[in-house]
Amino acid sequence: MALDEPLTARPALARAAAPTMPFALAPERRGRGPLADAVQRLLHDRAAMTGLALVGLMAALAMAAPLLAQQDPTAQTLAQRLAPPSRQHLFGTDNLGRDVFARVLYGGRISLRVGLVAVLLGAVTGTLLGLVAGYSGRLADTVISRAMDIVLAFPSTLLAIAIVAARGPGLQNTMLAVGAVSVPIYARLMRASVLALKERDFVLAARCTGASGSRILFRHILPNGLSPLIVQATLGIATAIIEAAALGFLGLGAQPPAPEWGLMLTDARNFLLNAPWAMLFPGLAIMLTVLGFNLFGDGLRDALDPQLRQ
Amino acid sequence: MLAFIARRLLETIPVLAGISVVVFLFLHLIPGDPAMTLLGERANPQNLQRVREQLGLDQPLYVQYGRYVLSLLHGDLGRSIRTNRPVLEEARGRFPATIELSAAALLIAIVVGAGGGVLSASWRGSWVDHLARVVSLVGISIPIFWLGLVLIFLFAVWLQWLPPDGRLDAGLRYTPLTGFVFLDALLLRRADLATNGLRHLALPALTLSTVPMAIIARMTRSAMLEVLRADYVRTARAKGLSTWRVTLHHALKNAALPVVTIVGLEVGFLLSGAVLTETIFSWPGIGRWIFESILNRDYPVVQGMTLVVALIFVAVNFLVDVAYAALDPRIRLR
Repeated sequence: MALDEPLTARPALARAAAPTMPFALAPERRGRGPLADAVQRLLHDRAAMTGLALVGLMAALAMAAPLLAQQDPTAQTLAQRLAPPSRQHLFGTDNLGRDVFARVLYGGRISLRVGLVAVLLGAVTGTLLGLVAGYSGRLADTVISRAMDIVLAFPSTLLAIAIVAARGPGLQNTMLAVGAVSVPIYARLMRASVLALKERDFVLAARCTGASGSRILFRHILPNGLSPLIVQATLGIATAIIEAAALGFLGLGAQPPAPEWGLMLTDARNFLLNAPWAMLFPGLAIMLTVLGFNLFGDGLRDALDPQLRQ
Repeated sequence: MLAFIARRLLETIPVLAGISVVVFLFLHLIPGDPAMTLLGERANPQNLQRVREQLGLDQPLYVQYGRYVLSLLHGDLGRSIRTNRPVLEEARGRFPATIELSAAALLIAIVVGAGGGVLSASWRGSWVDHLARVVSLVGISIPIFWLGLVLIFLFAVWLQWLPPDGRLDAGLRYTPLTGFVFLDALLLRRADLATNGLRHLALPALTLSTVPMAIIARMTRSAMLEVLRADYVRTARAKGLSTWRVTLHHALKNAALPVVTIVGLEVGFLLSGAVLTETIFSWPGIGRWIFESILNRDYPVVQGMTLVVALIFVAVNFLVDVAYAALDPRIRLR
């Protein structure tokens, strides 16, 4: 990770410090912080930009759902059950005569929301725990690390299923469960960053000037440990969307008649022979959305960590 | 080495204790009276009282936990509400199916994944590399419950080449000997059992193997690329060794280390993925059983099997750590 310069270093500061630096920055690079470099690398990464475009497309389609979908996603037209794709129903209809195209569009809203909220929950909680574990001394570290080990001792999807089973099915509990099982990942990541950064010069300098522990943590350490977190969060949204859809597929997520992608696949399962389109399009939507986040996350990782680039 | 193993074993103990606490609390986290949770809302008050006394629900939590741990140490995981048979006994009947499925999936994942990764790294930048990278990226992005349905549609519904579900044809006469279809086929000298089993195993194993295959491929590729740049590889090539020998004998052995770790960690995925795959393909394993028990509110089963799965996971992680330390002496010193 490019931790040699704090990411918060301002170009003016770098220029002012130049005479005392042991090495000379090449003229064209002086004044551009590592963050700008990373952004440049990202913009030139075709795969990452494809991923970003894909995510943008799915998000745009989801947000524009009321405009694009000509039908109500929950409206049943039993006379037109299992109808193949046509001009009236772009993706056909399902077993209750509902328009699959509308359901896929509105389902995007559910999946994206669940993915974002779950990752937010997991990342914020995990980051706080990681900061405390890394900075606060051996007892806190041992307790938190053991607790994280225990959560990681369960396969994540099974744990999420168990949590939703205990609390009852529904979208809120899905977000809670998927978020909760991801907490240890962020905690470990942040803890590793804190441990690596704790002894760095700029932290010692801050301590010398009398900065309090929380000021050091949030103003100096956290911004510099952010990049692996951002990469993990992006990839984490992809995982969260799949896990939430899996819970939906098992009937533990959003309940009928909600147009949730996983739930649509369960309904379509019994009609594979008659109406494969009801199974094809929701699954394709899941895959494309997740693919986008994975592509972009990979690109982020390569851009923010030049040493790992092959 | 022994010191390392002892140290790692000691570190597992608090984790095991924590797992048992979490699993114990599971029953109490469900809103409502645990006795009613077990028997249903319309249960006879006398039965409710009997269950309460049986489980010691009127006693403080730590006493209940103590009794729970004691029963665990006796191998008592409780009884299924639905069948009233011990959970462990029911599990024993279903484990072979899941083990066969997981083993087949892992085999496919390792062979195709590692093979693809090696080829990808050896011909870096070629169309083989690009294809492999795209396929593995799609592999980790695809939801396996959808992939299973797509494969069923393609091969079972449309082409009708393979059966859509189950472990064996319903009409096949078969009394299980070991519970493992292929082992029994060998012992009973029945080729029809083996071929039938294989036809049913193909689609679920392929489905379950997809994500681990993609991850192993990516890991192998990056590990191989790192190793291929090393000096000792350059020396081997300079000595005039054939590319094949250099790749397999020198490079792969050293690249195998992180890949072994990943393979061990994938077991966790196989256990989770088994729930989804077994549900789609109506595979009679523990994954589907756990899920059905959740739907049927058969909580002793859910509780007991969650514990078993977590224990397996911890054991596998421990073995992976030991294997890693055995292969790389530097780890032992940490």
